[in-house]
Amino acid sequence: MNTGSTMNITSLLFASSLVFVSLIFSYSQKLKLEKEIVISIIRAVIQLVAVGYLLNYIFGLKNILFTTLLLLFMTFNASYNAAKRGKDIKNGLLISFASIASGTMITLLILVASGSIKYEPYQIIPVSGMIISNSMVALGLCYKQLGSNFKNRRDEVETKLALGAEIKTASVGIIRDSIKTGMLPTIDSAKTLGIVALPGMMTGLILAGTSPVVAVKFQIMVTFMMLSTTSISSFMACYLAYRNFFNERKQLK
Amino acid sequence: MSILQFHNVSYFKDEKYILKDITLNIEKGDFVSIIGPSGSGKSTFLKLCCHLISPTSGSIKYLQKDLMDCDPAELRKNIGYCFQTPHLFGEHVMDNLSFPYLIRDLATDKNRINLLFSEFHMDMDLITNEVKNLSGGEKQRIALIRTLLIAPEILLLDEVTSSLDSSNTDIVENAVNSLNKAGITVIWVTHNLEQSRKFANKIITIEAGRLKSVDITGREA
Ligand SMILES: Nc1ncnc2c1ncn2[C@@H]1O[C@H](COP(=O)(O)OP(=O)(O)OP(=O)(O)O)[C@@H](O)[C@H]1O
Ligand SMILES: [Mg+2]
Repeated sequence: MNTGSTMNITSLLFASSLVFVSLIFSYSQKLKLEKEIVISIIRAVIQLVAVGYLLNYIFGLKNILFTTLLLLFMTFNASYNAAKRGKDIKNGLLISFASIASGTMITLLILVASGSIKYEPYQIIPVSGMIISNSMVALGLCYKQLGSNFKNRRDEVETKLALGAEIKTASVGIIRDSIKTGMLPTIDSAKTLGIVALPGMMTGLILAGTSPVVAVKFQIMVTFMMLSTTSISSFMACYLAYRNFFNERKQLK
Repeated sequence: MSILQFHNVSYFKDEKYILKDITLNIEKGDFVSIIGPSGSGKSTFLKLCCHLISPTSGSIKYLQKDLMDCDPAELRKNIGYCFQTPHLFGEHVMDNLSFPYLIRDLATDKNRINLLFSEFHMDMDLITNEVKNLSGGEKQRIALIRTLLIAPEILLLDEVTSSLDSSNTDIVENAVNSLNKAGITVIWVTHNLEQSRKFANKIITIEAGRLKSVDITGREA
């Protein structure tokens, strides 16, 4: 393996022979995945190369406005994807956007204010990428859980409504359960950090030649911000979305 | 005085009428029995009374005021509804008994709970039990007590004695009858003709979503 931060193209080409391993597997086991594997590899290479050059360009610009616009674009994409998990939630896109944006903003504000990171593209963009995609996954889980809870726990909600509860009181158990479902993967992965797997970001830093001790410091920060952003955005999204399951007469749809 | 007035009420769902053109008056203090074959729309009728669903046409008035103009949560606080299959939420029986107080910002009234438990011949030890360990009949009575902790104006009962033995059925019937004597309007859905005749001053028959008959029994309400 190459040392430090350089890896030449020849070694990368050699590494690509690994793809053939999975192709041979798929073929011999009749998994019929050859086409998908080839397509996914080509997509991955094209997307990553494009992103590499794009980031290289943006990092060079050092333009605050541009960085912010890119953040908004990332948030929008993440919201769009999260909203797809909650088809029965009207305004899903808006709710997701508000929730992810708030979570990300609060976390970034604290990180920048504390001096942990600088508001410069080469720091802000990768860091935000991690927290935004983490929130996206969390919101998807939240919506799915909200939907199935309102379906499976209909009797409970109607019983509480019949007793005279407001829709929020009748839904609080469901909302909390859904927030929890959104946050659990982040909490679980925090628990096993370094034991089960070295997280991608830390691995990346180490491969690029950063000392593991420094990489660990960054990883700790990343873990903190993922926890805070997921909790903020899951909380917001669930409390904004639950109303969708009721009509204006405080009846379950 | 009319406490509930149905005027040409229909409820349409999934391409069919579940209830059609129901017009009827329920007076304050009435003891109404609702009978009718399975699937005729009795439970749907009760849901409309409690505004858990809205009529697709026609109007329902509670004390001369259209339900659509009332705040649903406030309205439901005055209209107690015991479901056909009782649902107890939370982990413990107590979670259910404190809920009516919780939503009114009141402190839980232990004496009132005690009183109702003895009225329904229930052991006070049950209140610390876990919900999942209760029998069907116990659940049904806890659900009744939960509805009665803060006395409603109207009590809607959906076949609440179907999972009770005869002595417990008597206990519930007598308790409901004395509530009615105390002025609470009772609307009781039952499959049991004998039960429907016992206390009711009005017997309503619903068939295939239509009001078939309203019989005045001659008992005084
Ligand atoms: N939410 C709903 N969506 C579609 N159909 C419904 C709904 N609720 C009830 N129905 C249908 O409406 C009809 C009347 O239902 P309802 O529960 O009111 O009957 P019921 O008289 O209470 O019957 P039972 O004596 O068996 O309890 C049934 O055919 C039922 O399948
Ligand atoms: Mg029924």
